[in-house]
Amino acid sequence: MNKKRQLLAGLLIWLSVQVSAQENQSGDVLIKNAQVITITNGTLDNTDVLVKNGIIAEIGTNLKASKNTKTVDASGQFLMPGIIDAHSHLALEIINEASSPITAEVQMSDVIDPYDISIYRALAGGTTISHAMHGSANVIGGQNVTLKHRYGTHDPDRLIMQEAPRTIKFALGENPTRVHGIGKNLQPRSRMGVEAVIRNGFEEALQYKSAWEKWNKEKQKKEITTAPPKYNTRLQTLVDILDGKIIIHCHSYRADEIYMLIQVCQEYGIDKIVFSHVNEGFKVAPELAKYTMGASVFSDWWAYKFEVYYSTAYNAAILTKNGVVTSINSDSDELIRHLYHEAAKTQRYGGLTDEEALSLITINPAKQLGIDKYVGSIEVGKQADLVLFDKHPLSIYAIPQMTWVDGIKYFDRNTDQADQRLKINLKRSLDPYRISSGTHNCMQDAQALFTENHHH
Amino acid sequence: MAQIEGEVIKPYKANFLLTNAKIYTVTKGILEDHDLLIEDGLIKAIGKNIPQQNHTVIDCTGKSLYPGFIDSGTSLGIVEVNSLKETQDYMELGKVTPQMQALTAVNPNGVAIPVTRVSGVTTVLTQPRGGHFPGTAALINLNGYTPGQMFGGFKGVIMNYPSAVRSGSNDTRSLEDLQKTATKNLDEINKLWEKAATYLAIKSKGGELEYYPEMEQLSRVLNKELPLLIEVNAAKDIVSALEWIKEKDVNVVLTGVAEGWKVADKIAAAGVPVITGPVLTLPSRDSDNYDASYNNPALLQKAGVKVALRTMEAENVRNLPFNAGFAAAYGMGITEALKAITIIPAEIFGVDDSLGSLEEGKKASLFISDGDPFEPKTQIHQVFIDGYRIPMTNRHIRLYQEFLEREMQP
Repeated sequence: MNKKRQLLAGLLIWLSVQVSAQENQSGDVLIKNAQVITITNGTLDNTDVLVKNGIIAEIGTNLKASKNTKTVDASGQFLMPGIIDAHSHLALEIINEASSPITAEVQMSDVIDPYDISIYRALAGGTTISHAMHGSANVIGGQNVTLKHRYGTHDPDRLIMQEAPRTIKFALGENPTRVHGIGKNLQPRSRMGVEAVIRNGFEEALQYKSAWEKWNKEKQKKEITTAPPKYNTRLQTLVDILDGKIIIHCHSYRADEIYMLIQVCQEYGIDKIVFSHVNEGFKVAPELAKYTMGASVFSDWWAYKFEVYYSTAYNAAILTKNGVVTSINSDSDELIRHLYHEAAKTQRYGGLTDEEALSLITINPAKQLGIDKYVGSIEVGKQADLVLFDKHPLSIYAIPQMTWVDGIKYFDRNTDQADQRLKINLKRSLDPYRISSGTHNCMQDAQALFTENHHH
Repeated sequence: MAQIEGEVIKPYKANFLLTNAKIYTVTKGILEDHDLLIEDGLIKAIGKNIPQQNHTVIDCTGKSLYPGFIDSGTSLGIVEVNSLKETQDYMELGKVTPQMQALTAVNPNGVAIPVTRVSGVTTVLTQPRGGHFPGTAALINLNGYTPGQMFGGFKGVIMNYPSAVRSGSNDTRSLEDLQKTATKNLDEINKLWEKAATYLAIKSKGGELEYYPEMEQLSRVLNKELPLLIEVNAAKDIVSALEWIKEKDVNVVLTGVAEGWKVADKIAAAGVPVITGPVLTLPSRDSDNYDASYNNPALLQKAGVKVALRTMEAENVRNLPFNAGFAAAYGMGITEALKAITIIPAEIFGVDDSLGSLEEGKKASLFISDGDPFEPKTQIHQVFIDGYRIPMTNRHIRLYQEFLEREMQP
């Protein structure tokens, strides 16, 4: 018994060392002689990348670093920017607040689970940033959070990418109409109702805004006698959307509903909107190109429900050729592990170039999340989120070797061990066998309102 | 008669001479710069400079030929839209329905069929699910107007082996409870087995039997007319299943086998073939290495197990070559991964006399590609199934053709 205790104490000490080891690392590294895929400035042969304090300091040949800087020989390997997933539900304790068609007030940043092994597995697939989203149960769901995969921390806030602007989840079509219309006999029951919910919300928000403006104006005058309007987080969030302070990421499938929301946004002067999934985006590609921040699509998912029956795996190619800022997302703890392969499918379905294909998982999702100033390409001054592959990342045989976030190495294939969870959380309940079927959790926590179990 | 526009391109049979190709025979190596002759739906000849007679010649210079890929586990053809119950034809009521025929429910006009076959997947096993004995799986070729025309010559009865492990993070049953449930389910299966043995004994002695379709079908497993495909995934359950089949004199294939890598030697020693996959999936436990599911086929194969791959997809069976590519990258190697979706499944299903490799006398189920078909960049140029030239179109392609360039209304 005593021996066991000692062992456990020893293990705990070792574990805390493991954790702090990563948390206290400085982001300094020199990666030498890689084929550097910059995304924005072409691909450079036999090139070094020097990282200081988590920022890309230099890109060139024969770069030197200080003595304490770790050097990685990447001869014959491929370095690309960390992969960015614009639609994920990774590392969240709960996905849906399915209590109302509008729940703009809730925030995913309140439910981050830093212990989720999926974060480590995403890193092992070269994914360094994910957009942790509210689910699609409501027409206007909660506010999402952009995460940097700094795995190995006990502090949920350390995962938040502080530079990222606010984003919010909208959802059209079957999911909100099933949850609220069929599940609860509440509007929306149809695509007409979905539009009505959004318009009603915006109109109420405008009234709320003008009530406050009126009161604030009166406050300037002397001797104000009226009480201020009652503060309402839900309506204030909608006001922030109308004021262009929040980027909408809208779960959508059919061309008609995409077209509807583009029109509504035009009417209310909203241009910060990204359509997500967008299986029929290809039908309204010119409109998406002209009026939106783009489309974030699946590589090839279709036919899992009726609203995605008329899909095409050529969607990303059609959108790209039409000038839409396009990204490929996972919406899945499984796909997030090989988004480089999902991007490669656009070469089979539509013949995109290497650069076009890799933009779908780097600079384009960065633009859609409003973080392209900081990440999404290998450029001096950008954050050093990097992944090293043994072969070209668009090859089926490519295996990610190392992944850095802010210049700190969080994954190394050579030192990968079973049960990485134990590095951060001993108390995590021991693992059940899981038949990996539904890895998609867009409708998680709203399942009680459903009769089936396929839910993106 | 109103004006009708547009042409439908139908599959058609003819004599084709494919010239100057790099031929990946799978069983007889790689032949550079060879011709392949298709006549009467068969591979009539493979050689150099085959004389051209009344053939349609297809110049394959710089291109490769591969045997059509076989997906050893899908629900293709028996579901149209996953979430719509009206289109789910893979599950019948009841726990014991071995006589249910997947082939009966195959819709030759399923939209996913042309979507699948242009990727070089020409043949799939399509299977029912649910309960102890959900039904009988069938091998189908992805061309034909009726299930009969599509039938690929193999059927197997599916059995779900009772599991004694937790099935997910919401499953909080104690190990004791799990074992109890598993034992109860195995008892039920054993009773059915005894009943089937009795049924078979009476039948083989010419005794009179009442109509009992469940036992009729199980008796075909007992007399080795039909193999038993046992779905089992967790290591503990696999070991238990291997014990269970020891005293059974039947033809068995293990399917699923997600944690096969943990007990690969035991599976190899038992000499049972395995159908595993999907490869592109999460490891079965949080404590597994991140690449456990990618490594599984290689670890099984290296231990001496005969391994075929499956996707368990319906609409995305086209990802079979990518699953094989991941298996190849993670230890299996290209040669073995290619076998795992061609000749090995053909052997497991007992159709290796006609499918699974490019050899004279075999069925002309093959495709022309401009490179390695596991690589996403590679284009598949032409698919043949049983000698039929398959039109390289489907709804995904037609939507692409229609919408790539679209006017914007003023």
